[in-house]
Amino acid sequence: MPTSATASSSKMLTLPTDQIRQLQWRFAERYDLQMLAQSARAVARSTVAQMVASGERNSHEWTPAKNEMLEAFDRAGITAAFMEPEEGGFISGPKNLALALAAFELAWVDGGAATASLAGFLALAPIHERGTPEQSRRYKALSAPAQPGETRKPWRGAFVLTEPIPYVGVDTGMLSGKVRIAGWPDGEEPWLQVEKRGRFITNIAFANFVTAAVTSDDPRIKGSCVMILEETDEGTFDHGTPTKKLVHQLSSTGDPIFNLKVPASRIVGGYTIEDGALVPKFSHGEVIEAVFRRTRVTVGLMTAAKLLSAVEPVIRYQRSRFRGAEGAKPGTVRYEQGIQQREDALHRLVDVWATGEAAASLGFATARLFDELDPIERQKTAIMAQRGIAGGRAELKALRDSEQRAVELLTMREGDPRKEEIVADPLVQFVLKDAEANVLCPATKLWNTGNGANMMREAVSLMGGYGITEDCPGFLASKWIDAQLEATYEGPEAVQRRQLTVTMTSDVFLAQFRVWTAEMRRVAATHPGTGACTLATGMRMWLWTLEHLQNASDALGSKLYHGQRQGVTFPLADALCWLLASRCQILDVLELEQRGAYDPSVADTVVDTVQFLSDLCHVHTARAAGEVSRICAELVFGYNEHPSWSNQACTSCCFSAVELDELEETMPGIAAMAVDVIEPNGSHPQKAGPCAGCAGASDFLQLQNKLCSCLSGSRLAKDRAAEAVSKVMIPEALDYPA
Amino acid sequence: MSLHIVVCAGIVPDPLQTLEPIAGPNGPALKNEMMLPAVLDPWAASALYEAATLVSKFPGSRLWLVSLGPKAKLQQVMMTIAQKVTFELVAVDSASNGFADASATASALASGIAAIPDLDRTKLLLFGGWESASRGAGVTLQTVGELLGITDQFAGVDQIDMREDGSFEVLERVEGGKHQASVCAGAPAVLGWATGNLPEPHNNPQIGMANMRTVMPALQRAKQAALTNDGQQYLSASLPSQQRQTRVVRDLAPDAIAQELVEWIRTQ
Repeated sequence: MPTSATASSSKMLTLPTDQIRQLQWRFAERYDLQMLAQSARAVARSTVAQMVASGERNSHEWTPAKNEMLEAFDRAGITAAFMEPEEGGFISGPKNLALALAAFELAWVDGGAATASLAGFLALAPIHERGTPEQSRRYKALSAPAQPGETRKPWRGAFVLTEPIPYVGVDTGMLSGKVRIAGWPDGEEPWLQVEKRGRFITNIAFANFVTAAVTSDDPRIKGSCVMILEETDEGTFDHGTPTKKLVHQLSSTGDPIFNLKVPASRIVGGYTIEDGALVPKFSHGEVIEAVFRRTRVTVGLMTAAKLLSAVEPVIRYQRSRFRGAEGAKPGTVRYEQGIQQREDALHRLVDVWATGEAAASLGFATARLFDELDPIERQKTAIMAQRGIAGGRAELKALRDSEQRAVELLTMREGDPRKEEIVADPLVQFVLKDAEANVLCPATKLWNTGNGANMMREAVSLMGGYGITEDCPGFLASKWIDAQLEATYEGPEAVQRRQLTVTMTSDVFLAQFRVWTAEMRRVAATHPGTGACTLATGMRMWLWTLEHLQNASDALGSKLYHGQRQGVTFPLADALCWLLASRCQILDVLELEQRGAYDPSVADTVVDTVQFLSDLCHVHTARAAGEVSRICAELVFGYNEHPSWSNQACTSCCFSAVELDELEETMPGIAAMAVDVIEPNGSHPQKAGPCAGCAGASDFLQLQNKLCSCLSGSRLAKDRAAEAVSKVMIPEALDYPA
Repeated sequence: MSLHIVVCAGIVPDPLQTLEPIAGPNGPALKNEMMLPAVLDPWAASALYEAATLVSKFPGSRLWLVSLGPKAKLQQVMMTIAQKVTFELVAVDSASNGFADASATASALASGIAAIPDLDRTKLLLFGGWESASRGAGVTLQTVGELLGITDQFAGVDQIDMREDGSFEVLERVEGGKHQASVCAGAPAVLGWATGNLPEPHNNPQIGMANMRTVMPALQRAKQAALTNDGQQYLSASLPSQQRQTRVVRDLAPDAIAQELVEWIRTQ
């Protein structure tokens, strides 16, 4: 049996191996994570794939087969991955990268399976992040899978925020759940009555407990909080009807109803009594912020997994497209290469692949960043507590000095004697990481899922009609529509853009961004083939545009950059995401090159793999720079009024024909250079008006001009990548059923 | 009663991969074998799971997994295998593949086993696959046994029942889908396993984490073993050709299909 394609010794021989990915995504030394990835992969490509292949996605209801998937998660250690070893888990320390890897492997086959695994963590996350030690111990112990010899069933949880029912006039910013005092015996703990209706709640069909966001409906309770509700509590714990969603059918989604009486000790994080009122230690907003900023990263990685998972089935389809036909005899190019004879098929696949690489790099970089941030954040919390500073606003005020020091550090010259002292300041470290995380998290969620969904459509199109059938290897059509949900849940695109418009303009982040721009220039000097120079120019253009828009007004005199002007701020947020993804992609390739040379498992092949992945970087930076250029040009020029022939000002910017004739006598040739000329009869060239000037934006045009020439070589990189794709060896069959 | 079980288990390319024999500088090889994902040899994996079950029944018993192969590949495979059962790894670093000489392989394995500290040969049961999924020479394990001086050998084993006095009954596969039952007085013995009767254990990452404390150091200190071919020459190497004889017949009655099958079976 011949291989699908003959590999050339000078090109990447196989699809990137596990060892390559471990180096790129920085877990080559973490065998706990490697084992988790292998376990999750085994479940995904057996239990989950068989379920999808046998049509389990065709029902909205929670079925015994779907339940079996949860048990497979338990057995494989996926459920316990969220927990510390003493809680029944096996991974110590921060787990953002761990959960990201597990979700990545599951989403490689089915996004719903990944969501089902994540939703359990999401239910526990409020307790993990903000719960009291007692709450944390109790619910993690109950949720931990049974150890060998144990017969108990682990508890499953669901996170119930709120989702306004369409068309009934409920604001998304309002909580639909209410809490009031049901009883407060003297000297005892208060009892609370919790009423809550959830919508689109994941994991609800089988949830034994939920963490529900509620707001006070009683003057004796201050603000809002998150409550823990158990299904055996007194009152109604109705799991509700399943949502008839068209996506992620391997996760349970429904609209539950709760009306329960619970002790006040179920308030996540606890409470204090002040002036006879019950004051939760954490508002629901504080809890949610701590939870979502981590879990959103994982969702972004799910879409990245889909894109990368599409590569192998598309290659196989393209190569084998004509096999069996009379005109395609073994040994002929038509037989061996199939559709891959055609440049377009290869180029489009390169685009999908490059996007997947960038999305994965961005997502994993963000997950790692949160792993770094977690302990620093705890350190910051302890320092604040020591100083008696509590509450969001007081903390922000207290951190202002650290922010200035962080900016100082980022702009400091090499060898500055103060550097060591500032670097060692944990609050400065927190501010730096926090500013970065505040941008990278929404960027991952927004760009990976939104742009990822668009690129999944491209991947589906590469399979022809086969792509939109249930039989399509790799379940590409399901992955395409699933990506749309990933762009929506845990904060839709508008929410991510809104967050970015605030966080991307922080002084600390912008100082960091300038450092990154310089970093890309340095990378370009040593690795010109990565497109880093193009990226650096795109970054400069984005920054120039931001600064310009922050000070500019539109033709009517209205300020351009402010919170309500989403036509300005949101596209700029979109543009930034392209740049961030490309930067992470390039850094991952550099890491692979550097570490791979010393790793015997990849040393023989790393050069060719790095070459291919560098070409993908170059392809992607060109696309990113193009997007940035387009968006920035629209914003810089789009709010200026176009000059008009009827405008009075027209007389000052246009020559009249008579005037030109006179000038021609003193400046011969000027008439030939004038474009906008008004004839004696008042007629003018057939166009919208005199050409617009570039007053105030000439620097931008210079940058754009530079950017255009920076694209040199990017298409050559695409040609090289396409050639590698046409020759890379792939397995004979997909390693999961379809 | 306690046992010391040593399981010899190599690694082979993932069966889903396309394998293409090529002529390498040192004889035949598989194209891009180093880059193909590997799995524990399925026959030997059965032996490992049977061994782990046996060890769990007899307190004080120990289980070693002796594996010969490229160190990087071994590490990749261990990430999965180490989650299944508890063992102590003895790794031998070698560019081994399906074309390696069985005698040289057996010699390297025997040396590795002989060097295991605390191994009590009077309690030793040497397990492995009765053949390998890479080539299926079917002689390696027996040779290891010979080199270690173990002469009680069983091949195609599907079951072992230990008795209180240390003796055991073994079921070996024989012709006609039957088993031959033998009773052995006790260790040491060599058992080349067929599939056994146990399912593949589920991954348990806690077992994995416990195993990794010994697996990673074992991989780091793995000794290199150069496998010599000793004048052996391969004239040619090719994959078995795929055979497919299909007839498309519409509306055939079930009885007629059954009859045809019976007739075909009779001719085999």
